[in-house]
Amino acid sequence: MLRFIGKRLWDGGLTLAALVTLTFFVMRLAPGGPFSKSRKISPEVLANIQKTYHLDEPIWMQFARYVKGLATFDLGPSTRFRDYSVGDMIASGLPWSVTIGIWAILVATLVGIALGVAGAMRRNSATDYAAGIVGVVGVAVPIFVIGPLMQVIFALRLGWVPVGGIAEGWRALILPVLVLALPNIAYISRLTRSSMIETLRENYVRTARAKGIGEGRVVRGHALKGTLLPVIAYLGPATAAIITGSILIETIFALPGIGRHFVDAALNRDYPLVMGITLLYGALLILLNIVTDLIRAWIDPRLRNGR
Amino acid sequence: MAADAENLSTLQLQFARFRRNRLAIASVWVLVLIVLACFLGPYLFPFTGEDADFDYISAPIDFSSPHLFGTDDYGRDLLVRTLEGGRVSLTIGFLGALVAGGIGVLYGAVAGFTGGRTDSLMMRLVEILYGFPYVILVILLSLLFGGGNIALFAAIVFTLWLTPAVIVRSQAEGLARREFVEAARAGGMTSTGIVLRHIVPNCFSVVIVYGSLLVPEVILSESFLSFLGIGIKEPQASWGNLIQTGTSAMDTDLRLLLLPGAFLVAVLLCLNFIADGLRDAFDPNDR
Repeated sequence: MLRFIGKRLWDGGLTLAALVTLTFFVMRLAPGGPFSKSRKISPEVLANIQKTYHLDEPIWMQFARYVKGLATFDLGPSTRFRDYSVGDMIASGLPWSVTIGIWAILVATLVGIALGVAGAMRRNSATDYAAGIVGVVGVAVPIFVIGPLMQVIFALRLGWVPVGGIAEGWRALILPVLVLALPNIAYISRLTRSSMIETLRENYVRTARAKGIGEGRVVRGHALKGTLLPVIAYLGPATAAIITGSILIETIFALPGIGRHFVDAALNRDYPLVMGITLLYGALLILLNIVTDLIRAWIDPRLRNGR
Repeated sequence: MAADAENLSTLQLQFARFRRNRLAIASVWVLVLIVLACFLGPYLFPFTGEDADFDYISAPIDFSSPHLFGTDDYGRDLLVRTLEGGRVSLTIGFLGALVAGGIGVLYGAVAGFTGGRTDSLMMRLVEILYGFPYVILVILLSLLFGGGNIALFAAIVFTLWLTPAVIVRSQAEGLARREFVEAARAGGMTSTGIVLRHIVPNCFSVVIVYGSLLVPEVILSESFLSFLGIGIKEPQASWGNLIQTGTSAMDTDLRLLLLPGAFLVAVLLCLNFIADGLRDAFDPNDR
């Protein structure tokens, strides 16, 4: 088990190192510097600015400087928001993004599993079809189509929740969380349904039934555990989906999370901020993939020695 | 099955199975209609999607006017713009899936067939790239390539060839040990020849199933980026940036959001149903 964790951590570190390198050079080679867009600056001022941000040094020295900073969790200054460091920007946005993300995962898991189990227990019933429709809609209707539509219906027409922004506190997060959860509800309910149908055919489930236990207890006490393995395996990809989704959600609902910062930074070529957020996303994704693998290996011993 | 008596090949059987899937076949027809509309439709109008008509600024839906679904606030015809946007989205979608799939298949086939150190090195690279946050990578790359259609296309292809590579590799690994490959090698065929002649064609059914899943993914990525303002930019239309324009006017005029949104959703739905149908028909371990 220790070797398993060690190998996963080593692989994760390698991926992260590759990500740092790639991001750094991609951002430096991309056309247009962070200051090329602003109004005409005299060459002296430009040289001064470049000196402040060390843009005048050879690229490998800039890279060494950046890596050195990373070791002390210093992500450098933001080139657009002059008074803030990348760390400040991330610290201000992260709580929002994490709050939305965690709620979305929670809602998606609970609703998804419930829909999937209900569908599997009453196959071809109205419930099953309803769950199926949610599954199809969630997969095929993109967040940036359903999000604005929900805004029109629930915020503009019905006025139940604010359209966006954070002025009204937690009420502003209801719609974003639901929209962000929807694609994941779709995936999780599909996964749960097919996995549950398979599990219900297993011998140990037949044994439980033969003992005369009610169907509800068979599902809750025996089949559910076996069903959840593929759902847990989805936790890694779900994180990726939430990250992608949160970029859109924060743009659509005007929330000051790091997804919104990321898009702004990319459009304004704020290199350090783009890199900082990329690394954060990368680290998060790698870490959650490792956690997912560990939980799976803990539940299913067969996975420990493989690969 | 009765079809065995008629000596149908596996491929013919699989297509026969696919044809029996009504939802998938209906999706194929709807998709064909949308593709035809996008590529031929704009020629039926005397103006293009970039022509501003100053007599009809922000015109509403009116089937008796020259602008069936109205115009945007520059007086550009919404329907024609949506169809032209579809042309861009669909081209990038199918071409992107084809190129990404092609690269992935070749990479996977070479890795799986060669085996050993080359294989583990090649797959190591794939694994590292897999750990990257995919959308972030697309955004970074489209910045590197400086924006525009080609840049967007390259960025999407660069990130989407990984899955086909992994899938084909595991297939090719098994195939490399089969007797007919051995026979080909004994007969003096070169490795390149074996990969192209024996390995790749034998991966066909896996490739077609996963390839069909790639198309909606590419289309989604393109519209996602264009929605954020990083992909295809005004005045050129794409479904993503049309939807974006639609959201900024949604409190007064939903039409600008609904028309391109409906086209995008219809195409994604069709592609998903077709992919499901192909999987049911082609998956060797079907139930």
